[in-house]
This record gives sequence, structure tokens and C-alpha cells, in this order.
Amino acid sequence: MNPAFSVVVFTTAAGAGQGLVVALAIALLTGVPMAPSFVRAGLLVAIVLLVVGLASSFLHLGRPLRAWRAAAMWRTSWLSREVIVLPAFIALIALWWLSAREPGSPPARLALPIAAIAGAALLWYCTAMIYACLRFIEEWAQPLTVVNFILLGLSSGSVLASALAALAGENRALALAAPLALVVTLIAWVSRTAAWRRNADLRHRSTLQSATGIASARLAQTSMGMSAGSFNTREFFHRASAVALRRIKGIAIVFAFALPALLVAGVIVGALPALACVAALIVQAPGLIADRWLFFAQAKHPQNLYYQVVS
Amino acid sequence: MIAALKALFGRGEAAAVAVPADAPVRQLALVIDLNVCVGCHACVTSCKEWNTGGAAGPLFDDNPYGANPTGTFFNRVQTYEAGVFPNTETIHFPKSCLHCEDPPCVPVCPTGASYKRKSDGIVLVDYDKCIGCKYCAWACPYGAREIDEARQVMTKCTLCVDRIEDATLSAEDRKPACVKACPTGARLFGDVKDPDSEVSRAIRERGGYSLMPEWQTRPANQYLPRRITAVAGSPKHADERDEANPRAPVAGAGADPASIAPRR
Repeated sequence: MNPAFSVVVFTTAAGAGQGLVVALAIALLTGVPMAPSFVRAGLLVAIVLLVVGLASSFLHLGRPLRAWRAAAMWRTSWLSREVIVLPAFIALIALWWLSAREPGSPPARLALPIAAIAGAALLWYCTAMIYACLRFIEEWAQPLTVVNFILLGLSSGSVLASALAALAGENRALALAAPLALVVTLIAWVSRTAAWRRNADLRHRSTLQSATGIASARLAQTSMGMSAGSFNTREFFHRASAVALRRIKGIAIVFAFALPALLVAGVIVGALPALACVAALIVQAPGLIADRWLFFAQAKHPQNLYYQVVS
Repeated sequence: MIAALKALFGRGEAAAVAVPADAPVRQLALVIDLNVCVGCHACVTSCKEWNTGGAAGPLFDDNPYGANPTGTFFNRVQTYEAGVFPNTETIHFPKSCLHCEDPPCVPVCPTGASYKRKSDGIVLVDYDKCIGCKYCAWACPYGAREIDEARQVMTKCTLCVDRIEDATLSAEDRKPACVKACPTGARLFGDVKDPDSEVSRAIRERGGYSLMPEWQTRPANQYLPRRITAVAGSPKHADERDEANPRAPVAGAGADPASIAPRR
């Protein structure tokens, strides 16, 4: 696939916003004392990330003014379900933000955090299933797609929560968020590596023979039927070289997983000042973008079998 | 009529496939005869010509007379080479929407703009509802859908819905533009659910097959495989011999006009 930058930004930003909401909810539910202003600031950051994601998703549409129609087919379409769940989740977090003004209000301490965790999980599931449900894009049609959307969102969200706690001097919140960030980032690294390994060994079910029904063992395209490309050649081929893909994978590993884990671990053991969590946030952002770009680029669409040779 | 069709299907291979209760009784489709397609692209240009002025158009053309022209087409003719030199075969391969009986592009559409028409099984896009999210194109393993870059809506083969139902046209003209244009008769059009139709007979008698059967999309369009054609003066190929007497000389081999004339 040719990664659409709008979708890469949308899924990365919204995922981080969801992860931040979950980190804050876990802190509240486990009784970590936090200033209401810190909780509200965190929720506001999450809302901004989710709205940025929503706005970015509009850029992917050819007809953004008709976007409201996308809620219609929730019975069959994961995209439609996401379109419903995302604004509902933003509304839920806005409600939490409003009611978190008073520190003692029970809905802000129990019901809303629990609902927010459920909402975040549901949104991750809808987003990931948009890709995982396409059975013939075999790189995506696997359980690790869902697992990794959740883990990467949790990782970025808890790194973000650590950075915000460090900036606000909320040491109790940092004591929860930093270990959470470290553990989840390491698990996400393992899980993403597992997905890469699986996809590297993948033998695609569709071949040029099954695509054309021509049984010959040696079969090659001599013309795709047009000389200067089409939607099919622009949408489904990323045109990056194998070397570039390897470099982007290296960037993803170092910046999304290794460096943030190292920096957060340094804070936890006391070798680095708390503000190193901010550095972890800054290095992780490009790493997550690279990783999500790779998620799209590595998916080989079976239609590409029909578009091999220009002549 | 439904019961009669079910009874007829019960005898064939279709009995093994679970047919949904709301499956269309009719299924219009194309059957592409790879044996006679000469790769002239007349179906491509006639499709573009008809549809850019018809209900599905206008179809975008970018830089049509420049160095890198691109645009929206519903139909493409590709070329493949099979075998190892000198025993190679060139196969021209027209490709358009297959109007799957279980179209993966339809359920993923978030707006309901993509739909499969109940009355005749044609997969269509309602351009007024399409938001141009391209998800249906991702969900089509065949690459049959192309976004119109000017209108920013998804477009695809309509089987010329605005021709085949136009009562002002003569019955002979109520066929998709590509079918009318094909000079070799390589494109057949009809109802594949009607066992007596030309397309059903062709599929049955000529070994019609589906593309990418591994994804169970059950394409309505089928392809007829290449056959070895006798060359003048040479003995006929084994599978065209008189089965009762395989060694018998083939009468009129190479001179039989029926072996090269369009079958219609």
C-alpha cells in the first residue's frame, strides 16, 4: 500500500490520546493522588490529540463535507463503527474533563475513568479491525494487528503521561506512569517484532496464476494496459526501495521502542532527571510515525499482481 | 421461478456453495473469452467513450495529450506471456469489475454508497453518497475500482446500466459498450443465473473460471481459457480429436471456418 499520511497521523495521534486517557484513568482508579488541574490538563491534551486525529482523517476523504454519511453502515463496516465511536469517545472525555473540575466528584473518580478505558479499547478495536478484516491483505489480517494498535497506543499514551507528570511535578503520577510506559513499550516492541517476523515469512495465497487463471508455471506480465499509471499504481505502491524500508524500520525500532524505553528506565532508576520523560516523548513521536508508515507500506495488496509492467 | 432455478442449481456445482437467501435471482455478468481476445483495446476505448458521456461520467482525464496521461477507466486490457521461449503464448487479458456474488467492497463502505443491486446483481456506486474514502478499493482484491481524481468519488464498471435498460435503444444495442465494440466476440454478456443463457452455456461448455478463487468472492464475471487452435496443414490438437477414434484424420483441419469465426 502507499501510506496515506493523513491516516498515519490520524491513527498515531488518536492512539496516543487514547493511551493518555487510559494512563490517567488507571492512575485515578488505583488511587494515585493528583491535582485536579493536572488531570484536566492531561484530558485536554488527549482531546486535542483526538481532534487533530479526527481532522487529519478528514483530509483523507475526497468529499469531506459528506463525512457525516459515514455513520450509516455500522452494521457491516468497521470504518463506519470507528466514525461513530471516535466522536463519542471525544464527547466522553470532554464530559470527564468538565466534571473533573471538582476533585471529589464521584463520576470523575470512578464511572468516567472506567467508561473511558472501555471507550478507548473499543476505539482501538474498531480502528485496527478496519485493517485486520481485509482477509486478502494478509499482512494485516492477523490478531497482532489489533494487539499492536492497542500496545502502541498505550505505549505512546503512557510515555506522554510520564512527560506531562514530569513537567507538572506530579511525582506520584510519574511513579505510576513511567513504569507503565517502560513495560508497555517493551511488550509493544516484542509484539511488533513478532508481526514483522510473521509477515517476513508470509507466503501470499494469491499468485499471478490464480489472479489470471493461466496455469503456466512461467507467467509474466508484459503490459498492465496503460503507459502512465492509474489510481491502481498510485494508491497501492509506495515506491520506496528495500534499503529505504530497512532504514525506516531501523528508525521505528530505535525511536519508537529502544530510546524511549532507555530514557524512561533511566528516570525510574534515578540515573536521569524526570524531564528525560519529555525527551522520551519527543524521540518517540517520529518513531511511531515511521512504524505506522511501515505498517501500511509493508502490506502487499493482491491487486498489485495485475500492475507489474508498464508498456 | 425461484424454485425452478434452485432445482436447476441443485444439479450443478453451485449446490455446494451456500447461496444467501437474499441473493439476486438474476446476475448479469460478462464472460471473457481469452481464446479470441486480440488485445486491441476497443473495449477499453468504447467503455471510456460511452461512460464519460453517460450516467457514470464524466470520467476524469489528466493531461490526455501530454507525456504522462492518466485518467479513470472502468476496463483495462493487460497482456501476459506464458511459457518459456520459443514455446511462449501471448494472452491478452481484459479486466474490469467482476460483479462478485459476495462482493468484499460492499459491506466495508461506511456510507452505503457501494451496493449490489438486488434486481440483477450489478455492483454499483451511488456517486451522491460516496465520500471518497477509498476503503472499497482497498477491499477489492482485483483492483477493479478507480477513484475519479476530478470528482473525488469512487467509480467502477456499471455493466453500462444506462444502456442495458434503455428502452429507446434497439434490443441489439442493449448491451455494455465493451461487448458491442469487441471485434472478435470475446465478450459475452448475460444472466449467469439463467442456465440457458449464452453466458451460462459458455461457462459450462468451455470451462469458464473465476479469478482469485482463493478469496471466495464468487465473481460473476468468468473467463474462458485459451485453447490450442489448429494451424492450417497441421494435425489438430489432441483435445479436439474425435474421441471415439483419436487417430482418425481430422476432416478439414485448418480450413474449417467455424474454428476461427466468432461463435455468435
